[in-house]
Amino acid sequence: MSAVRGLVAALAVAVALVLQVTVFPHLAFEGIVPNLCLLVVVAAALTRGPQFAVVLGFLAGVALDLAPPADHVAGRWALALVVVGWLAGRMRQDVKPTATTVVATVAASSFVGTSIFAISGLVLRDPALGVPDLLRVILVAVVWDVLLTPFVLPLLMRMFHRLEPARTA
Amino acid sequence: MGPLDRLRKPSGGFGGRSRSRAGRERRWGGSGQLDDGSRPSRSLLVALVLASLTLITLDYHGGDDSPVESARRAVGEVFGPVETGTATAIRPFTAVPDWFRSRGALNEDVARLQAENSRLRSAAATEDYDRNRLREYDGLTAAADNLGYALVPARVVAMGSAQTFSDTVTIDAGSTAGIHPDMTVLNNDGLVGRVLRVTRTTATVLLIVDTDSVVGGRVGESMEVGFLHGRGEIGGDGRLDLDLVDGAEVPASHDTVVTWGSKDGAPYVSGVPVGRVTSVYSSVRESTQRAVIDPYVDFASLDLVGVVVPSGTRSDRAVIEADGSLR
Repeated sequence: MSAVRGLVAALAVAVALVLQVTVFPHLAFEGIVPNLCLLVVVAAALTRGPQFAVVLGFLAGVALDLAPPADHVAGRWALALVVVGWLAGRMRQDVKPTATTVVATVAASSFVGTSIFAISGLVLRDPALGVPDLLRVILVAVVWDVLLTPFVLPLLMRMFHRLEPARTA
Repeated sequence: MGPLDRLRKPSGGFGGRSRSRAGRERRWGGSGQLDDGSRPSRSLLVALVLASLTLITLDYHGGDDSPVESARRAVGEVFGPVETGTATAIRPFTAVPDWFRSRGALNEDVARLQAENSRLRSAAATEDYDRNRLREYDGLTAAADNLGYALVPARVVAMGSAQTFSDTVTIDAGSTAGIHPDMTVLNNDGLVGRVLRVTRTTATVLLIVDTDSVVGGRVGESMEVGFLHGRGEIGGDGRLDLDLVDGAEVPASHDTVVTWGSKDGAPYVSGVPVGRVTSVYSSVRESTQRAVIDPYVDFASLDLVGVVVPSGTRSDRAVIEADGSLR
């Protein structure tokens, strides 16, 4: 069953990635789109805990790093989403997260994830952008992700919950 | 989690009152699975972080022939067709606003007139350049030979997000359409970018507004050469910086900048209009003139583009030849 669960999660990441690069650029604000892959990782972390989420985060990150039209140094999104998966998994202290905690987790995860990506770029001198520009992009990205949370997170979390009984206790 | 564990352990084993302990255990039982899972998750976390760092190091130091490139290509072969398919599927919906503005034959007329307008505008914009060029070269034949190229038409199917701080797009033509890395990409309005890498069915294009992009540019009026750097912004305020080699030359506002061209037309062919000078700054320290260029191309709404290929290239689609004929 765990193979099925992994397959469904990987499929969710692939769908999120394709939507993120093909559909959302038409709705983008100054080129900034909601990070659907990050939302999938957060949903997995909130329903299934950090262990599952870090693996999914790594997979989603590598996909974001390698799928066209990506051209940045590979591994940067992988690093960011692994940390996001772990942090969001830590948030799951109570059994059922409320709407407020979900939104707060998404906002924090989006901020941390995009920041790690931006900082890794500063270290590698990949984007060569100023800090004010980076901050503006990060903040808009957080707003996008929070705006999409009520539409996307319940669906994803229900999906991951449905897969939960498959877990051999 | 260390401090929390330490806090929890004494409270779990504290006192002999079995009822409260049982209650506590039940309560923690809900997330007990989580705790069981979280202990190996730290080593897993460390392993995955190290894996990410390894990937970064491999790609950063490997450059163009790093092992990551082949992985990129393999992932591109899988995701490319999916992206193309999705873009085709949603095209009717993204075209809905156009449909509301003008319908049927009217729409067709507008498109035809827009294309004609763009062509005339770019012809007018490069007039100075062309005239200078004709004067410099021996005859018309040489110029025509250099400017004559064939175009492979392609559509933009995916666009990198601004969060990645790089401006790249995917187009739906790849190596089977005769496209190779380091080919010039342009559209009706002017220069779009160059091809970075290709898969069989798609190609990744680096836009000239990307911060990594450097294009040799020439001011059409004075034939002065310089280098165009992107600022990493797309949309209405996307601008390029032009550093002129000759510090004494001051480009005028509204001067047109065209590509300077490289050997064998890779990565940029010469004479493609890039943009128009909006303002000029002089830097005393670097003793160069820096001009700000407003590109002709609207990068936020890129759709149909053409990839410059050598005349007579074999392709899986119709190729637009230098004389305007389809082949």
